[in-house]
Amino acid sequence: MSTLASLTAHELAGRYRRGEATPTAAVTDYLARIDALDPQVRAFLTVTREEALRAAAEADARFRAGTPRGPLDGVPIALKDVLCTRGIRSTCGSKILDRFVPPYDATVVARLFAAGAILLGKLNMDEFAMGSSTEHSAYFTTRNPWDLARVPGGSSGGASAAVAADMAALTLGTDTGGSIRQPAAFSGVLGMKPTYGRVSRYGLIAFASSLDQIGPFAKDALDAALMLQAIAGVDPMDSTSVDVPVPDYAASLREGIDGLRLGVPAEYFIDGMDPEVEQAVRTAIGALEKLGARTEPVSLPHTEYGLAAYYVIAPAEASSNLARYDGVKYGLRVPGARDVIDMYSKTRAAGFGTEVKRRVMLGTYALSAGYYDAYYGQALKVRTLVRRDFQQAFERVDLIVAPTTPGVAFKMGEKEDPIQMYLNDIFTIPVNLAGLPGLSIPGGFTQTGLPIGLQLIGRAFDEALLLRAAYAYQQVTTWHSRKPPLA
Amino acid sequence: MTTSWEPVIGLEVHAQLATRTKMFCGCRASFGAEPNTQTCPVCQGMPGSLPVINRRAIEFGIMTALAIGCQVNAHNRFARKHYYYPDMPKNYQISQYEEPLAEHGHLLLDAAGGARDVGIQRLHLEEDVGKLLHEGALETAQASHVDFNRAGVPLMEIVSKPDLRTPDEAAAYLKALRAILVYLRVCDGNMEEGSLRCDANVSLRPVGQSEYGTKVEIKNMNSFRNVRDALDYEIRRQTRALEAGERIVQETRLWDPDRGVTVSMRSKEFAHDYRYFPEPDLPPLDVQPAWIEAMRARLPELPAARRARFEQSYALSAYEADILTQGRGLADYFEEAARGAGKPKAVANWVLNELLREVPADDDRAVAACPIPPGHLIGLLRLIDDGTISGKIAKDVFEKMLRSGEPADAIVRREGLTQVADEGALGAAVDAVLAANAKVVEDYRAGKKAALGFLVGQVMKATQGKANPGVVNRLLMEKLPKV
Amino acid sequence: MTGRPRISLEQVEHVARLARLELSGDEKERMRSELDGILSYIDKLRVLDTAEVEPTSHAVPLTNVMRDDTEVPSLPRDDMLANAPDRHRELFRVPRIIEE
Repeated sequence: MSTLASLTAHELAGRYRRGEATPTAAVTDYLARIDALDPQVRAFLTVTREEALRAAAEADARFRAGTPRGPLDGVPIALKDVLCTRGIRSTCGSKILDRFVPPYDATVVARLFAAGAILLGKLNMDEFAMGSSTEHSAYFTTRNPWDLARVPGGSSGGASAAVAADMAALTLGTDTGGSIRQPAAFSGVLGMKPTYGRVSRYGLIAFASSLDQIGPFAKDALDAALMLQAIAGVDPMDSTSVDVPVPDYAASLREGIDGLRLGVPAEYFIDGMDPEVEQAVRTAIGALEKLGARTEPVSLPHTEYGLAAYYVIAPAEASSNLARYDGVKYGLRVPGARDVIDMYSKTRAAGFGTEVKRRVMLGTYALSAGYYDAYYGQALKVRTLVRRDFQQAFERVDLIVAPTTPGVAFKMGEKEDPIQMYLNDIFTIPVNLAGLPGLSIPGGFTQTGLPIGLQLIGRAFDEALLLRAAYAYQQVTTWHSRKPPLA
Repeated sequence: MTTSWEPVIGLEVHAQLATRTKMFCGCRASFGAEPNTQTCPVCQGMPGSLPVINRRAIEFGIMTALAIGCQVNAHNRFARKHYYYPDMPKNYQISQYEEPLAEHGHLLLDAAGGARDVGIQRLHLEEDVGKLLHEGALETAQASHVDFNRAGVPLMEIVSKPDLRTPDEAAAYLKALRAILVYLRVCDGNMEEGSLRCDANVSLRPVGQSEYGTKVEIKNMNSFRNVRDALDYEIRRQTRALEAGERIVQETRLWDPDRGVTVSMRSKEFAHDYRYFPEPDLPPLDVQPAWIEAMRARLPELPAARRARFEQSYALSAYEADILTQGRGLADYFEEAARGAGKPKAVANWVLNELLREVPADDDRAVAACPIPPGHLIGLLRLIDDGTISGKIAKDVFEKMLRSGEPADAIVRREGLTQVADEGALGAAVDAVLAANAKVVEDYRAGKKAALGFLVGQVMKATQGKANPGVVNRLLMEKLPKV
Repeated sequence: MTGRPRISLEQVEHVARLARLELSGDEKERMRSELDGILSYIDKLRVLDTAEVEPTSHAVPLTNVMRDDTEVPSLPRDDMLANAPDRHRELFRVPRIIEE
């Protein structure tokens, strides 16, 4: 098989610049790979074949004319189906939006198109981004390219699997409680959640407004830097986006981490976690120390409460954000209702899956009269305590290093109990509550060949440092270059 | 023993703000467009959309708050208010709940019982909902239609304290509040079109009791008169019920102006659980003192103050001052004309008796578009003053000015309407009239003084109204005895 | 399971009504049991003393984010109606509305 699809975006861009390859050749390659592999992996909900080839031809012309738009011009990407794409079906993994075609592009989508990136298609996900395995997609389950009987993680399972299986050079996912970092760990790729407010949420179909962030899946740190560069920055359409200058992420990548102070949080090494994960992370910490970093123990004492607080705040905001799905203006409408209230109830019952219903019920309850203070009010206060933990730790260290997840990719159907599923996010959730940036990079493999993720957490708007550390680690390790044993 | 019942009334007013665009998006906020042509993903609540606050709406809110004596809450924020209805794009309304823009103001009323200070509980901002049209009457319609043009238009909600005690007071409060809003140009005050809406909460309690009775919400009162009539009816209804030993049900009732009754709409026994929580998509507001002072500097002279000044400075009656200050535009017009002509009383008469037949007092746009600008009115008055035209002719000239937009002197010149005061010419006319009306002359001599008026009229007729009435009178008086 | 149930079937029905979700009899019981389990887990939040703690609604301490009152062209009507499940000419159409 041709090797264009196995390249990173920056390698591809180099080939384009030197005239050794064209965007059309790369897109053709990726589409062939999707045709060959996706029947097994099932990462894609929609493949935009004609649009991709058309865009590739336009990119070809730009390169021929010597006027490419930038490092992402002609690079084949794919997007989690939670992002609105004008004229292209956007389902959010749900039946209730099965035939929804947005009349507008999300800001990040517009920015990527302006940069010349080429859309291959929309990717599978847990319905409304609620889940940690992509088993809650209303359509089908995506498989982990490393072991097709296992989940790729969630909710951005399609986005992580597509990069892992070389079915896209770069993808965008979203992370509310770990939905980029956890699938990145399970699928053996780099996945990054930026600081809350770093990337515009306009056009992101909302799950939990105060927690959602869009971020890249990439084959390496430089690719992630290029993707983040294209999408980061304040947006007048998103009042929660922050007007902080966007640094040149690629420029500082090679500065190394000599002298960097790394915090190792005691609370992230728990009883019951997979010993191979713990071992891999400790080995990785050793590698970082060899690169010049100094580690010291830190404590994030409210970590265990973070999960509980999240499972009040996120469902509460979700129950509100999902109130609009009612069959009136778009999406599914169940016919034959007696009246409008009947229509609402039947439509939402038919259109939402079990996990979504569970969270909508939980969230509605938490906000309802008499329960607000005990649940939502209390959770917002606990959130303050979680933030303070990080603030205090970051007075002594520059980065925090930890496992991304307590275990590795589990088998499909293995985690039926909701709480067992929620525990997957125990190391990722606090970072969302605090609004900080975090990424997961491949940090090893189990004996049976399953990827293990290493998590790095930084101060607000310090994505450059996270990427720099990831880059340094990837100079002395090869985990990120390994490919799954797919055909 | 019969109890004496005291009505307790609170009014909730919703004013659509006269911003160019909607509260949270850049769609035009104007009325009357083709359905669903003024919408976007934000105001239609499409997946992925996000709100962004319209600064001018906040400014209008601050200005209003200052005008009604409220404390502006420096720290205030938006909240989501949840309920399902087809005209609600997101099935939640972005409003303000625990931290509204302003609180604790007051309005001074000049009602029949004397001056009263009515407390204002709070002022906050929110977005309007879409418009529902039913296939037939609401009760029997099998389907309804939705137009989202109005969804997202900024609304300012002003809630009074339950300080009002009579329907008249309620109407007076509404009138005074509306006048302020229109003066500030934050709202056009049009109740028929729905840009100003009013709901009331009414309860009764035995006189002397401090606890409130059960309150009933009254909706669908779209004029001052309807407010007065609806409250009147509701107070009587509740009184009858209480005297019959019945319990007042806490509910919402609609005023039916055709039948003159309030009708139960839905029971408020099970109040909506709005599940309010702070709007996560909007950072809170922090209204700095500098901003508040800048808004205070933009406040115009308010109706009550202007009314008082008109009475003082221009020696106008309370009634005259009241009408002339109905609208800021009219008040500005009057002042410009009064100062320019140096004759406030005369200007007042012309404005009140003539101009206001053509132009509504509170319609600033109509006043500004009036074919007779203040300068022209000044010109007309000058011509009367210097005797160029008589008062009667002046009225005709006024009509012509309205139709053509020309200044008075151009019309007078062109149509030769200059008053005749020349004694020679008038003398001849008077002689002719006296000769032709011998009978009337005799009546006058016999003591019928009113006959003089007839004779004056005849001279005016003979001179096409151009005779100077004063001169005519004098000539008649001179000549009558001699005939 | 662990102590008295935190949520009753009536509460489940009430919440389902608030959320406009039609649940079958089986679903209601399953939901009740699952929510009960989740609420038990969440209850651990109560042990924390947060009397002196301010709530965090927004991750980033922004204030006064506003836009000018300048018009931006609305989207074409056909675009906005294109996804409508039912329409009557240029209006969205919904089944009859009854007051509950």
